[in-house]
Amino acid sequence: MSYQIPKFRHPGLPVNELGYTKAAYEGSISTLCAGCGHDSISGAIVRACHELSLEPHKIAKLSGIGCSSKTPTYFLGKSHGFNSVHGRMPSVVTGAAMANRDLLYLGVSGDGDTASIGMGQFTHVIRRNLNMVYIVMNNGCYGLTKGQDSATADQGSAGKKGDVNPFSAIDLCSTALQMGATFVARSFSGDKEQLVPLIKAAMSHRGFALIDVISPCVTFNNTPASTKSYEFVREHAEATGTVDFVPMREEITTSSRPGAAYEVTMHDGSVLRLYEDAGDFNPLDRRSAMMAMMNHQHDGTILTGLIYLNKNSRDLHDVLQTSHRPLNQLEEGELCPGNKMLVNINASLR
Amino acid sequence: MKRLESVNDFVIKFANVNGTGSASANNLFAKALFRMGLPVSPKNIFPSNIQGLPTWYEVRVCEQGYLGRRGGVDIILSVNPQSMAQDIREIEPGGYFIYDSTKPLDLRLVRNDITTIGLPLTRICNEKYKDPRQRQLFKNVIYVGALAALLDMDFKVLTDLVADQFKGKEKLILPNIKALELGHQYAKENFDCPIGIRVKAADKVGDKILLDGNTALGLGAIYGGATVAAWYPITPSTSVVDAFEKYARRVRIDPGTGRRNYAIVQAEDELAAIGMVIGASWNGARAFTATSGPGLSLMSEFLGLAYFAEIPTVLFDVQRAGPSTGMPTRTQQSDVLAAAYASHGDTKHVLLFPSTPKECFDFGAHAFDLAERLQTPIILLTDLDLGMNDNMSDPLAWDDSREYDRGKVLTAADLDNMERFGRYLDSDGDAICYRTYPGTHPEKGAYFTRGTSRDEQAVYTEKGEEYEQNMLRLLQKWDTIKEHVPRPEIIPCGKPTDMAVLYFGTSEASSREAVDYLARDGINLDAMRVRAFPFNQEVEDFIDQHERVFVIEQNRDAQLRTLLMAEFEFGPDKLKSVLCFDGTPVSARNIRKQILEHLPGNNVTPLHRKIRANGVGERA
Ligand SMILES: Cc1ncc(C[n+]2csc(CCOP(=O)(O)OP(=O)(O)O)c2C)c(N)n1
Ligand code: SF4
Ligand SMILES: [Mg+2]
Repeated sequence: MSYQIPKFRHPGLPVNELGYTKAAYEGSISTLCAGCGHDSISGAIVRACHELSLEPHKIAKLSGIGCSSKTPTYFLGKSHGFNSVHGRMPSVVTGAAMANRDLLYLGVSGDGDTASIGMGQFTHVIRRNLNMVYIVMNNGCYGLTKGQDSATADQGSAGKKGDVNPFSAIDLCSTALQMGATFVARSFSGDKEQLVPLIKAAMSHRGFALIDVISPCVTFNNTPASTKSYEFVREHAEATGTVDFVPMREEITTSSRPGAAYEVTMHDGSVLRLYEDAGDFNPLDRRSAMMAMMNHQHDGTILTGLIYLNKNSRDLHDVLQTSHRPLNQLEEGELCPGNKMLVNINASLR
Repeated sequence: MKRLESVNDFVIKFANVNGTGSASANNLFAKALFRMGLPVSPKNIFPSNIQGLPTWYEVRVCEQGYLGRRGGVDIILSVNPQSMAQDIREIEPGGYFIYDSTKPLDLRLVRNDITTIGLPLTRICNEKYKDPRQRQLFKNVIYVGALAALLDMDFKVLTDLVADQFKGKEKLILPNIKALELGHQYAKENFDCPIGIRVKAADKVGDKILLDGNTALGLGAIYGGATVAAWYPITPSTSVVDAFEKYARRVRIDPGTGRRNYAIVQAEDELAAIGMVIGASWNGARAFTATSGPGLSLMSEFLGLAYFAEIPTVLFDVQRAGPSTGMPTRTQQSDVLAAAYASHGDTKHVLLFPSTPKECFDFGAHAFDLAERLQTPIILLTDLDLGMNDNMSDPLAWDDSREYDRGKVLTAADLDNMERFGRYLDSDGDAICYRTYPGTHPEKGAYFTRGTSRDEQAVYTEKGEEYEQNMLRLLQKWDTIKEHVPRPEIIPCGKPTDMAVLYFGTSEASSREAVDYLARDGINLDAMRVRAFPFNQEVEDFIDQHERVFVIEQNRDAQLRTLLMAEFEFGPDKLKSVLCFDGTPVSARNIRKQILEHLPGNNVTPLHRKIRANGVGERA
């Protein structure tokens, strides 16, 4: 069952530049388990879109199959959504993005959806640098089919059934870096202060933006022996420099703190500021980012925050040289060459 | 020995090695005959290999206009020692064997009931050309020149054609003409020309064109307004997207910006290709993919989603024989059932069966109208024979007054004027609902697309009644679809009869020819060409009106017949199978033979009964 959230809202709630309260970005009430990490990520998406003053109907949200892939019902109720098939959301987004380059594409997936059945599409959508945000709600297990290990489960980790995972884990951020991703971040569903600006930055990035969000499954994989539990992640997460995201519309001077290590102007004119708190590497340099990933893996810690950003990203539309006008807005007169050309073609075939 | 004698009526087969440039010389030969006003049907028979294996090119010339495979070969032109033994055996008694006589013919291969003509092609080339590449290429042109003399072809037609073919590369014209002359001269000087089989200019092709079905399909997609193509390479469908791209580069470049009014994505596999098509169509662009059998099986899950979620989807399946290690470069009509019922749950898909390049173009363009009007996958089934061979066809035409039918799509203004939008609400009673493109309206018209776990408002539900109601509506839509898909073509024999033939796609030409042969045997058959699934009322009526209907198709399991029996109440007694599945296009002789075997009073056991008697299969 699904419920619409009651419309009544307190009149004093903050509105954004479009005059919308946060409610305009919410969806139906979630039917996920209470405490599921995925719901927190939905909340972060709502907050990021509201704070960015995005027009909800200019966003398309697409997903695969899984508890995680159900979440698009629970946010952005005014946006078109598409719950597609298991592991194949990237191809559906690719087609959609080819048809209309003017929308913002938000893909939501799970670790099963991405790292197993969807691994092929995941890697290929990265190498094409499709202009989209790709959020993985990563709980190390298949929630919807009742807790089997997924390919991102760490070797040695154990879920509710207690069986220890004997296989090595696929690290989605490392894979993304290998495949040439132009924006790679990792976060934790329990850390909205980090996650919200990362989502905003990903949405302003032109090209493929991955956010791998560790998102504990309270029902099947929140055990003491699991490396995807709330407790384990809280204890082992090490954030890269904190991220401040300054939308294009705001004055750059609204910086909360001085002393940013990096200041990056995004494609849409927004500014991303990175502070050097835990930053022992340069997130604008792919090799440095890869080294940092390896070092953290070696130390058994989880590197979170912005891991890599390529400022000179060229997305698939740039590569394919598609028209600036969305293809789905071209008229018949522009598409159909008419009978005259056929007369010539026929003549050449006699 | 009685030599075969005929004018404008014969089958010639070229035996080549692939990768030696024989294709363009062979094309030159066929096209020259076509320009002499003779109906021709050239067919490539080629291996799944890039270089070194035998390939054949068979051309049937038939002044009466029969375009199907006739069966049998009257003349072999052999430049491939590898297949020579097999090639010689194939020649009809009284026929002709023309070969490269630089090396003497193996005496064991000599047949006394055929005429053997030796052309020292390699020797001539070695004498005239130094460059090994030229020796190879011109060898092919030289034999075309020799054939011109042996068959009494109009030499000027050949030289004009060479001039046309090398327009823009004028340097190549003279050397090619020279090579033609070398062959022509040798044949004239050494043999009595023409031989018993010869040609004579006629006026039998009217305004027809010679074109392969895949190019016609690619053009159909251009004219149909496709802007997104997603595909994964597979023979024999690859040239569909190649053609689309070729013409898109010509007519789809924005004059102001130089940017492209189309996007072609070579996907990582067929699953991704069909996913992209679905995503693009969901978002309001016309999109298509092209594939063949193995790709179709990979697309199965997504086809189910498109069916249930009612997303326009255009798929061109150029059928071939069997699996990837089957006979991927041979033809068949064997994806009928896989396409009709592709996917899980209760699904059925619209199929279109073109039989000529003209129909590939027409149906190819029309598929986009149908997909958007009916909001469901449209699978166009063609095959290697139609797709990759030059087929004689009516010229292509486009009615400039025609407009695309974009189906039931609501605009922002429409949404403002309505109470409540329900994506799966049947407000018109034809079981087709209204859809919206993402981004249409800030407040209205957004909905969530998923399979079937939703109600008429597209709100999540798992209620059984909702599911059932939705599935019944889809069945009702199936009836609406019958009114929209192309109707069958019925050709009455004009005499009282209770028997008929039924065929589709590339079985057409040979079936019609077989019907003519059988009429001469005193067996009268009405004929119907089915052009789409679901079957329209006319299909049912036609079968009803006949006692016995021979269903002709190029697959083992009588797939169209199975479909007819599944959709209607007809039994196996009424529908009899005529099948061909050896990978070559079905021939008229074969069809005639099988129909005769079915008729009472003959004591030949039909193939399928033989199989059952041997306990191999159960097919009746
Ligand atoms: C083709 C196919 N195979 C299997 C399934 C069953 N299935 C549904 S969800 C799922 C796993 C989802 O795991 P994940 O993506 O990690 O999502 P989570 O539920 O953990 O959020 C599977 C295997 C399916 N829906 N489709
Ligand atoms: S099973 Fe796990 S992933 Fe699924 S909703 Fe429950 S807590 Fe979340
Ligand atoms: Mg999971």
